[in-house]
Amino acid sequence: MALPAHISATAAGASSRQPVYALVGNPNCGKSTLFNALTGLKQKVGNYPGVTVEKKIGTAYSQHGQPITVIDLPGTYSLAARSPDEAVTRDVLLGRRSDTAQPDRILCIVDATNLERNLYLVHQILDLGRPVILVLNMMDLAARAGLEINVDQLEKLLGIPVISCEAIHQRGLIELKLAMSRADLPLARHAWTVPAAIAPAVSEIAAALVEGDRKSPLVARAEALLLLTDQDSVRVAGSTPLSPRTTEILRAWQSRWTQEGTDWAGTLVSSRYDAIGALAAEVVQLRTEVGPSASDKIDAIATHALWGWVVLGVVMTLLFFSIFTLAETPMNWIDGHVAALSDTIKSAMSPGDLRDLITDGAIGGVGGVLVFLPQILILFFFIGLLESTGYMARAAFIMDRLMSRVGLNGKSFIPMLSSYACAIPGIMATRTIEDPKDRLVTILVAPLMSCSARLPVYLLMIAALVPGERVPVFTKVGIMLFMYGLGTAGAFFFAWLFKRTLLKGEPPLMIMELPPYRLPGFKDVALHMLERAWIFVRRAGTVILGISIILWFLSAYPKAPEGATPTAQLAQSFAGRAGHAIEPLIKPIGFDWQIGIGLISSFAAREVFVSTMGVVFNAESSAENTAPLRTALLSAKWPDGRALFTPLVCFTLMIFYVFAMQCMSTIAVVKRETNGWKWPIFQTLYMTGTAWILSFMVYQGGRALGF
Amino acid sequence: MPSASLISLSQLPVGASATLRDFPKAGTAFLRLREMGLLAGTTLTLVRTAPMGDPIEIKVRGYHLTLRKSEADHLLVEPAR
Repeated sequence: MALPAHISATAAGASSRQPVYALVGNPNCGKSTLFNALTGLKQKVGNYPGVTVEKKIGTAYSQHGQPITVIDLPGTYSLAARSPDEAVTRDVLLGRRSDTAQPDRILCIVDATNLERNLYLVHQILDLGRPVILVLNMMDLAARAGLEINVDQLEKLLGIPVISCEAIHQRGLIELKLAMSRADLPLARHAWTVPAAIAPAVSEIAAALVEGDRKSPLVARAEALLLLTDQDSVRVAGSTPLSPRTTEILRAWQSRWTQEGTDWAGTLVSSRYDAIGALAAEVVQLRTEVGPSASDKIDAIATHALWGWVVLGVVMTLLFFSIFTLAETPMNWIDGHVAALSDTIKSAMSPGDLRDLITDGAIGGVGGVLVFLPQILILFFFIGLLESTGYMARAAFIMDRLMSRVGLNGKSFIPMLSSYACAIPGIMATRTIEDPKDRLVTILVAPLMSCSARLPVYLLMIAALVPGERVPVFTKVGIMLFMYGLGTAGAFFFAWLFKRTLLKGEPPLMIMELPPYRLPGFKDVALHMLERAWIFVRRAGTVILGISIILWFLSAYPKAPEGATPTAQLAQSFAGRAGHAIEPLIKPIGFDWQIGIGLISSFAAREVFVSTMGVVFNAESSAENTAPLRTALLSAKWPDGRALFTPLVCFTLMIFYVFAMQCMSTIAVVKRETNGWKWPIFQTLYMTGTAWILSFMVYQGGRALGF
Repeated sequence: MPSASLISLSQLPVGASATLRDFPKAGTAFLRLREMGLLAGTTLTLVRTAPMGDPIEIKVRGYHLTLRKSEADHLLVEPAR
């Protein structure tokens, strides 16, 4: 008999080509830290085709400098997948994904402080019949918790290499790399007996999978076990639907068991835990009884009925405070350098369209978005910090009740909150939400939270709204809070609406591990932050550059006669004409074509509205000093002599900015996170539509009331 | 075992330990809970409830897990004496 394909492949793989390892483990077991420690910066991050699940592949080097490919698979508690992320882990391990090579070997990482539950996944992995290396991570924390783990004994019982490791301190890596470069990794010796009532079904279904579904004999048993663990066979089969014959056999067994009253799935899970329990009893000893852990003590305050809110409030205030203060210096720096670069080119090149295209179009447009990069970086850093310390799970725990009112769960809280600074990190942080519908709903409503780019628009409008040079602080804060509140209420309303109509689903679960608090690995957080930021710059960058150039073109052509002022040029450009073209649409909400130009240019970033108004009304002003622009706005008139920026129009304009989707960067990120144009287009339409309807009601209502 | 001594997990007082006795056989939530180690005979402790009363936090097999009361209602436990 020929060797099974995987054995010969493994033997050949060790000598002729790079062995491919899959790295799997539970969430919160230090998997990313180990991946970073093994591969350093040699990582490629992308998406699995067809799904928005992160694909991370890196190269590690053995002690002899041989390259080893490592695929970092999404963390999961079980191969019976529930979310798209978990399905990817299952499918790669079962060799179902044609875009990813089926791994030759599997690196299983477990949290040594919590061996029993972690071993459940390992137990399923051992069924796959591939060589496995088991990594016991956080051995130091296990020792501190009074646990003594007999690694040699575990290795003997399982028959696979078991490496004890502290990934965050780089301990155990050499031993691990030595094991990884072994040519002769053994297959697991550990055998568990499938309960007698179920065993015949497992072999019958496995046989059907081999014959009817052309599955390799190696994974057929593992697949059969999965089909019996999760009652939803369609979900288990995923992209590879079962053949009628297999389905029939499965159904026959299920109905037989149902009649007999056998809880087959429960029996399977229990028998695994029984086997694990027996294993753990031999290997783990509680050496000393330790009192409440540091985590328990922190949680007594951090999730306390009263102090929990205080802590959450302080953490969030700190987050926003640092975004707005720390980001200021680098933002000014970027602003300054972009302007300097633009000036340098302006003086080096002869005047003309090409020069303006580069300076006003490309540099101006991209620079306008780049200015937000410090904020985005800080936000990513904080999100990474909250995640790696374990506080993120606590925030979700505290906020879950509130979020459940609109049909979401606590995990949507941080993404939505982050969107107050910028929707982009918020939307990219929704990947922690397992349920695809909940994730989508969160993405759809996140941009309704007033982001920092809306702030300059609000400030300008408040200045124009209130009579007198100085705006009373109370009025300013009051109007501002109203706008933030309105956006938040809108986000919750639409989340509720979408969850009841368009994206109806089961009420989300809140089955979530509260991992022990840990000191953050700053290297990992920094790496995570740079990786996110790079994805944003690369993905959104091309879209932003493209749209910036289009926007520039629209405002620069057709050319006004020589010597025309910038105001005159803009007025008769395509942008000006577009402003005129949309005037019938926006007149009912009190805006004229000049404001229309501002609305169109806001697509670059909402704050561009302010500078566009400066050009339209020919007023030199800066972010710090909007007084000249305020005066210019207040003297702007409709052709019939009515004032354009009445208090009512200013107020309506703010309402419009609260709801309208006017940010190309967000659209680009939503496209990436939802895998297509359908949802970003829907989002743009529903948000802008709502903005128009509400503005219409406010403006017409206000007029009727005599404002 | 007298069934009268069984209460639902959501009725368990904070700080009390109990042994899980019965739970629904079907449903995504319950399968996931089982796979995370909540089986008949497993002992658990109700650590606390969230500030707004829901979800709840339990300690099971040495780790902390949250679940909503809507699920906890269906988990029948026998309080430890």
